[in-house]
Amino acid sequence: MLEMIYLDPLFAIEVVVSGLLSGIMYSLVALGFALIFKASGIFNFAQGAFVLFAALTLVSLIEGALFGVKLPLLLAAAVTLVIMVVYGMAVERLVLRPLINQSLIILFMATIGLNFFTEGFAQMLWGAQVKRLDLGIPEKPWEGLRLATGITLSVFELVAAAIAGVLVLGLTLFFSKTTTGRALRAVSDDNQAAMSVGIPLQHIWAVVWAVAGIIALVAGMLWGAKLGVQFSLSLLALKALPVLIIGGFDSIVGVIVAGLIVGASEKFAEVFVGPYFGGAIENWFPYVLATVVLLIKPQGLFGEKIIERV
Amino acid sequence: MTTASPAAEAQPALLSVNNIEVIYDHVILVLKGVSLSLPEGGVVALLGANGAGKTTTLKAISNLLKTDRGDVTKGQIHFKGEQSNALSAADMVKRGLVQVMEGRHCFGHLTVEENLLTGAYTRGDGRGAISADLELVYKYFPRLKERRGSLAGYISGGEQQMCAIGRALMARPKVILLDEPSMGLAPQLVAEIFSIVTRLNREEKVSFLLAEQNATVALKHADYGYVLESGRVVLDGPAGQLAENADVKEFYLGFSGGGRVNFRDTKHYRRRKRWLA
Repeated sequence: MLEMIYLDPLFAIEVVVSGLLSGIMYSLVALGFALIFKASGIFNFAQGAFVLFAALTLVSLIEGALFGVKLPLLLAAAVTLVIMVVYGMAVERLVLRPLINQSLIILFMATIGLNFFTEGFAQMLWGAQVKRLDLGIPEKPWEGLRLATGITLSVFELVAAAIAGVLVLGLTLFFSKTTTGRALRAVSDDNQAAMSVGIPLQHIWAVVWAVAGIIALVAGMLWGAKLGVQFSLSLLALKALPVLIIGGFDSIVGVIVAGLIVGASEKFAEVFVGPYFGGAIENWFPYVLATVVLLIKPQGLFGEKIIERV
Repeated sequence: MTTASPAAEAQPALLSVNNIEVIYDHVILVLKGVSLSLPEGGVVALLGANGAGKTTTLKAISNLLKTDRGDVTKGQIHFKGEQSNALSAADMVKRGLVQVMEGRHCFGHLTVEENLLTGAYTRGDGRGAISADLELVYKYFPRLKERRGSLAGYISGGEQQMCAIGRALMARPKVILLDEPSMGLAPQLVAEIFSIVTRLNREEKVSFLLAEQNATVALKHADYGYVLESGRVVLDGPAGQLAENADVKEFYLGFSGGGRVNFRDTKHYRRRKRWLA
């Protein structure tokens, strides 16, 4: 049986490519973490809960939880977008701003509290049962590709990857080309110096949290459609950790590449190495990989170089 | 020696600090009544040893104290006739007062040009005006133009100081608070930077308040000076007079009567409170 798998290169390609595609979905979750970490040095443990909150809100609006009116997908997404932006900015205003200048561990503990609050709040508001989210993207193999090359890939995963790609491209442009993006990078480098040139930290942080809310919505839509909208969405945060460690906490490019690495390598390991260990290595393989990266390159593959002049 | 500068008397000061007291963390009293004034177009030096309160004074003026958990608890600061204690740092920059912090604080992961552009964040006068000012900064600091694409973290200390001053200029300020520009730089570079400060003062009409430990250089380029000691102004006067003052010579300029001096004979400062209010 094992030998048969090895003999089929098409199957190997299929495994790796579908791994890459799900890897992009990991990147999407990790992106929210990286963004906030980059701008404020805060590791927002609650990002996973944001994803859950966004997905639950969206699905509930579609199902008519608001005054019994069933909103169409696009409208529901727009309303959820507004809710996530407001929620992100409220978190910044009510939780993090009062803690300005406190040590990082205090901020981290605050985000852990925020995580559990958000999980509970979302379920209190919209209920805790598993819900189905249909984005109208077919969850079936791409026939054309299968007929032409014999490789089976899901249309849904391809579309999801494309959406993630567009989001990443947009963010990269935002960071490098706009005044706000540049100010954001300045704040992440040295926030007192940023204040000294007149960049208002509060505005910048509000923008960052709003964008993190938007990313959570996109991740919540795609993951919610894939897995069903349920509590376990907030555990995606744990899947994002190895991605962040491998890519570097403050690098957008790093997070994307690391997501691809994690996605492809875990699938590959599961299918081709797993059988020797009795399987089920997919779940812990990324963490081993992350640990190895930590030992060799502590700031991650693409993490900002620690600039030291001597 | 005790009178205010003639320039300050002739016209209302652009910036005036009146008997301020600063407390850190609600308990540590750092400034115990500091008063000073900066006339329009002036270059005023703030001298003093480590820990005398120079940086605290500057941060109190630019409203950057809050991030260090410091508070102005007494006294007033007026900038352009408006009381400025309650404004934010960003508001001060918008009104034309920028601080160049001690240790330069360039954004290490941004290029030199991006660093300069962050200085224009508060401006709303459009791209054209901003790129014109970028060229102006490059005119004063041609070296920055050569290194415009390099990450600011990797340029030399002198270039970083130029980058920090250039970044402040991009806000089109009336006043620049310059904290310890000579820190860690070779004497030749210090001279270069101070001569650019003088040119900016004359040609661009920017007023400077500079905090310096290097009293010789500071007094050479300033027109008026204040000496701070343990959070108080102990001496002030026109730069020329201060440079001739025996105490200043001995404590800050390193001149003594000549020959070896016995430690027991060294003068202690004649401390003198100075309350302007």
